[in-house]
Amino acid sequence: MASVWFWIVAVMIAAYAVLDGFDLGAGAIYLIAAKTNDERRRVLRAIGPVWDGNEVWLLTAGGTLYFAFPRIYASSFSGFYLPLMIVLWLLILRGIGIEFRAHIDNTVWQDFFDVVFSVSSILLAVFFGAALGNVIRGVPLDSTGYFFEPLWVSFKLEERIGILDWYTALTGVMALVTLAAHGSYYIGLKTDEDLGRRARGLALLCWPVQFFLTFMTLVSTYFVRPEIMDNYRQHKAGLLIPAVVVVCLGIMLWANPKGKEKLAFAASSLYITFMLVGAAFATYPVMLPARDHRYDLTIYNSAAGAHGLSVGLVWWIFAAVLAVGYFVFMYWMFRGKVQLEGGH
Amino acid sequence: MDSALLIHRIHFAFTATFHYLFPQLTMGLALLIVVLKTIGLRRNDPIYHQAARFWAKIFGINFVLGVVTGIPLEFQFGTNWSHFSRYAGGVIGQTLAMEGMFAFFLESALVGLFLFGEKRLSPKGHWWTAVAVFAGSWLSGYFIVATDAFMQHPVGYYTDADGNLQLASFWAFLLNRWAGWQYAHTMCGAVTTGAFVMTAVGAFYMLSGKFLEHARVFIKIGVITGCLFSVLQIVPTGDRQGKLVTDLQPVTLAAMEGLFQGQEGAPLVIVGQPNEEQGKIDNPIVVPKMLSMLTYRRWNANVRGLDAFPRQDWPGNIPLLYYSYHIMVGLGTFFIAIMALSGLLLWSGKLYSARWMMWILLLSAPFPYIANTAGWMTAELGRQPWVVYGLMRTADGYSKFVSAGNGMFTLLGFMGMYMVLGILGLFLVWREIEHGPDSDQLVELNAAEAV
Repeated sequence: MASVWFWIVAVMIAAYAVLDGFDLGAGAIYLIAAKTNDERRRVLRAIGPVWDGNEVWLLTAGGTLYFAFPRIYASSFSGFYLPLMIVLWLLILRGIGIEFRAHIDNTVWQDFFDVVFSVSSILLAVFFGAALGNVIRGVPLDSTGYFFEPLWVSFKLEERIGILDWYTALTGVMALVTLAAHGSYYIGLKTDEDLGRRARGLALLCWPVQFFLTFMTLVSTYFVRPEIMDNYRQHKAGLLIPAVVVVCLGIMLWANPKGKEKLAFAASSLYITFMLVGAAFATYPVMLPARDHRYDLTIYNSAAGAHGLSVGLVWWIFAAVLAVGYFVFMYWMFRGKVQLEGGH
Repeated sequence: MDSALLIHRIHFAFTATFHYLFPQLTMGLALLIVVLKTIGLRRNDPIYHQAARFWAKIFGINFVLGVVTGIPLEFQFGTNWSHFSRYAGGVIGQTLAMEGMFAFFLESALVGLFLFGEKRLSPKGHWWTAVAVFAGSWLSGYFIVATDAFMQHPVGYYTDADGNLQLASFWAFLLNRWAGWQYAHTMCGAVTTGAFVMTAVGAFYMLSGKFLEHARVFIKIGVITGCLFSVLQIVPTGDRQGKLVTDLQPVTLAAMEGLFQGQEGAPLVIVGQPNEEQGKIDNPIVVPKMLSMLTYRRWNANVRGLDAFPRQDWPGNIPLLYYSYHIMVGLGTFFIAIMALSGLLLWSGKLYSARWMMWILLLSAPFPYIANTAGWMTAELGRQPWVVYGLMRTADGYSKFVSAGNGMFTLLGFMGMYMVLGILGLFLVWREIEHGPDSDQLVELNAAEAV
């Protein structure tokens, strides 16, 4: 039962990364891709009806982690105290950046919120990538089951480590580039004319960087945590996951210049999903690895009671079906390329 | 008190209190907007449709602020209260996750359609989105109250081999009797805020001589709703909530009421300052025997005072608890008086021309916010010194590995950021009020990108 919840949490995080990923990415390229006020309004309209719902996946993934693995929720949230608080501030700034910009038709007001929205999106992408890097690298858990990391110590992987070191900085940049590309595919898909062309051009620019960083990250991960390969050695079928990742990268490169926007976006979504599923597959059954493996938090030593997990599964499935229904309905309602009807 | 403990307590209290300024209005308005839209549909009256659109804009601004200030709360259980989370997460994690899965998904998906989809949907379809937003926000409220109810009165759990709490009975936990009355009481409070704000905006237009037709609708709907819910606030919900405190947290009752010595025929203190050092109320004005009557329904019943309980189980901050409670009850009584008087004037057809009453209604708008805040302070200060009543002390629940310095850093960050949010929110709401409700333009034309 704990395994089921491990995969539910992993899938929810992947859903968050794919869904909020494109609106974070749209924010990251916003100032470059959208030059005029009309173009900026179109970007915001492309993500406007959906960003809040996308962000709910983060909350529900957190909530699900809380009740299924309270020990991991408690350790990781308090251990990552500083970056999480900064993430919260950025989420607040980004939310009001998106929502309040259009309330006042004044360039100073709008320029201000444009920068707030874009900078917070960029920083969020980096922080989420660094957080993921921390979870893969391992954290300084001890016998108390808790840890605390300052933001950085020396950027080397030594005895005392911080949130940011060379490895997690790499995963942070990797996340930024991946989401910038993902957002570009989305904006390319949802808009046309100069804006859509510029977004597709940016995606093309991102591709070699993304390819290089994917390779770098996978190689560094092996050096930072060699046991990451154990599960792949034992279950050869797992090697399908990196194979899908490579195929997706290929499709992205091929589909984008051909104007197959939907395919490129779908490949980018699958790429993100399979990168995360690959990481989850590698760490299973460990959920929060410790630098000293005696103190790993696993699905076995951290799961909530059996009754809670079974009851939870009943309502979770019910609620998840409803949620998927709302999402399909919402995306269908706002389908097609964004038009600015009427305008100002 | 340990300074890290104090900072983590203020951290949660500050962010939760600020957050709740927004949901109390949006939950109240969600109901009122459904009422406006229903009447608008039935009578085919454009004024009601415009009124609904106007309040949807106010709702939208407050909803955004509620969302962005609500996310930190979900995180802070883990970041600032990790020992509590590890201990109780197996139980209260359920309701917090359910809130996200059932309420947030529904709300976030449909609020966009509700606010900006009026043109894309049929009038009936749009009415349904308003109902869905109402249902989502009220559902969300229940899960939060049920979580708090477990902390106030833990039920449906067992203690596992590691000493942590786990879920034993889902339904006992979800249908905690504390949650039922607390939820009803909280929701009445939210509708009271919505009703007072709607009435105050109507009164403002009346006094300014603008948008008079809309002002009449706001005032009429606000006063009728306000009459109903300010009474429900006290009877039965407040009364029954008080009874639960009497039965399940008797030491809290004694502290709230400032009853230092237990006695038969205990008086109800209306005015007076608790003097903890000397164990008495300074310059008291009391209603004799009333407390016994309210708590045990007998004039001569014995009510236990603080002296009946060991000192270490007393709520830590008795004066603040006492004042929060008295402010809440005092304002609740004041709301009934104002709304009853306005209701009478409305019934006799004199309300709209009574400028003095318009002034009172306008100036009353902030008070439901104070009353709701004071009510939550009563509940949470009254729970002290426990984080889970009778099971875990607050001093054992905070994140021991997050230092006071790091806690202070983020507390100051939130204070600065929330001050900016508060100013922005007031500014934008004021602009909408100034702009007025008489636009027939559907919102999508000018604000779809602002979802």
